[in-house]
Amino acid sequence: MIVAESKPIKEVLEMVKDFRKILVVGCKGCVTVCNVGGAKEVAILAATLRIARKRSGQEIEVGEHTLERQCDPEYVGELKEIIGDYEAVVSIACGVGPQFLSERYPGVRIFPGVNTQFMGGAEEHGIWSERCAGCGTCVVHYFGGLCPIARCSKSLLNGPCGGSSHGKCEISKDVECIWDTIVTKMMEQGRLDELIEFKPPKSWTTARDGGPRRMIREELVK
Amino acid sequence: MSEYKSGSNLEKVLKSGQFAFTGECGPPQGANVEHLREKAGHLKGCVDAVNVTDNQTAVVRMSSWAASLILLQDGLEPNFQMVCRDRNRLAIQSDILGVYSLGIRNMLCLSGDHQKFGNHPDAKNVFDIDSMQLIHTVKTMRDEAKFLNGQDLDVAPELFIGAAANPFAEPFDFRVYRLAKKISAGADFIQTQCIYNMDKFREFMKRAVDMGLHEKCYILAGVTPMKSVGMALYMAKQVPGMDVPDTLIKRLRGAGKGKVAEEGIRFALEQIEEFKEMEGVAGVHLMAIEWEHKVPEIAERAGVLPRPTF
Repeated sequence: MIVAESKPIKEVLEMVKDFRKILVVGCKGCVTVCNVGGAKEVAILAATLRIARKRSGQEIEVGEHTLERQCDPEYVGELKEIIGDYEAVVSIACGVGPQFLSERYPGVRIFPGVNTQFMGGAEEHGIWSERCAGCGTCVVHYFGGLCPIARCSKSLLNGPCGGSSHGKCEISKDVECIWDTIVTKMMEQGRLDELIEFKPPKSWTTARDGGPRRMIREELVK
Repeated sequence: MSEYKSGSNLEKVLKSGQFAFTGECGPPQGANVEHLREKAGHLKGCVDAVNVTDNQTAVVRMSSWAASLILLQDGLEPNFQMVCRDRNRLAIQSDILGVYSLGIRNMLCLSGDHQKFGNHPDAKNVFDIDSMQLIHTVKTMRDEAKFLNGQDLDVAPELFIGAAANPFAEPFDFRVYRLAKKISAGADFIQTQCIYNMDKFREFMKRAVDMGLHEKCYILAGVTPMKSVGMALYMAKQVPGMDVPDTLIKRLRGAGKGKVAEEGIRFALEQIEEFKEMEGVAGVHLMAIEWEHKVPEIAERAGVLPRPTF
């Protein structure tokens, strides 16, 4: 899923300081799963904004709405009837959400209420970590099912570098050296010959380096 | 065709079978050419080549190719270092051609410390290719006269290709295989990380020799004399991939006030003596960090002077 975290409330208040009618829009997709942008978080943010503005003597009207998905025009269209009642919208979906809203409602000011972090998963409740860099050409099967592009600090394809120590990356004791895990796993599996094989430079054409990406599936296009 | 791959002084020393002795010099954090010349000047006549570091520890300095050229003008042979952190494959290949065209003949291929360590932690890193692929890139350009995309290049850069090895990083069992991989990718010589844990290095070299790696590549053992107990503690705790045994720290502490630096040099000299006899070790790479003026004394006491000339 796409993992995000809430922006500091001060930052959100600063963004909307000139507006008196605001709509907070959540999303029932990834950001609900990572407890940052679902209906519950919409209610919390709306209440926090109301209280903060009341304290500062600039009362505000805050509407609440949570869409099935903000990355889908069908659901984004739902806001058509109500969005005109507000001066600004705070989207607490991933970075896709505020953009889909901005494109669909060009006359409305849209603000992001969360910082989108990465594509990853929950290691346990309350702990998420990155797994995929979206490079467009998956190669995890060469590396014991683990991705050095997303998970090695230097994206080495022929690691580990000289900074690997006690299973940790040189950049921080809190960061796992994924190459240590890859090597240990593949040596245990008797796949040393594959590890020794030279991996040539990767083509980054399918990654973001090839320019903004778009995908067309002809069979699905009406 | 020349009997040499590059004809560099370092290559000639190693190929002649003599024990090589290389040094290191970090470019200034500014355009202080005189300071660079002064530091490097101490190494003249004491070493076969001088490694010129490339924004080491991710701290911005005068570019390694420019500092290499300054050394070259002063009659020193540079070992131009290049890291993959700051350049994509276009810049890498054009810099390779550039340094060769201006007379540089040795190049050390590295991944590079992560920018998080340095003085521009907000930077975006590149890592388009890794050190292994960099080695292979230089070899392809030199031996096949081809760019990475397979296109022909007109005059091939005849560089003596170096790589690093850290026997003290983990997983230890894989380190000798990674060395083998670098040699297969095209490394002509290897300079190791600073060695302090001699037992571990002996084991590493034994494995390398068992695999015959010393016959395919020249391995230079990395030596950095400790200047103080503080430096030893810093190396032990703060520098990634460094293995400083407690026994060495104790030994330095035991030297007494004002005598720690001498004890550090003595330990380095004992190491060099052992490396001269160690099977598979073709030389020493002395990294006297901000201690260049001590290199003549260390070289003299290590009995590696005069250096061979060709």
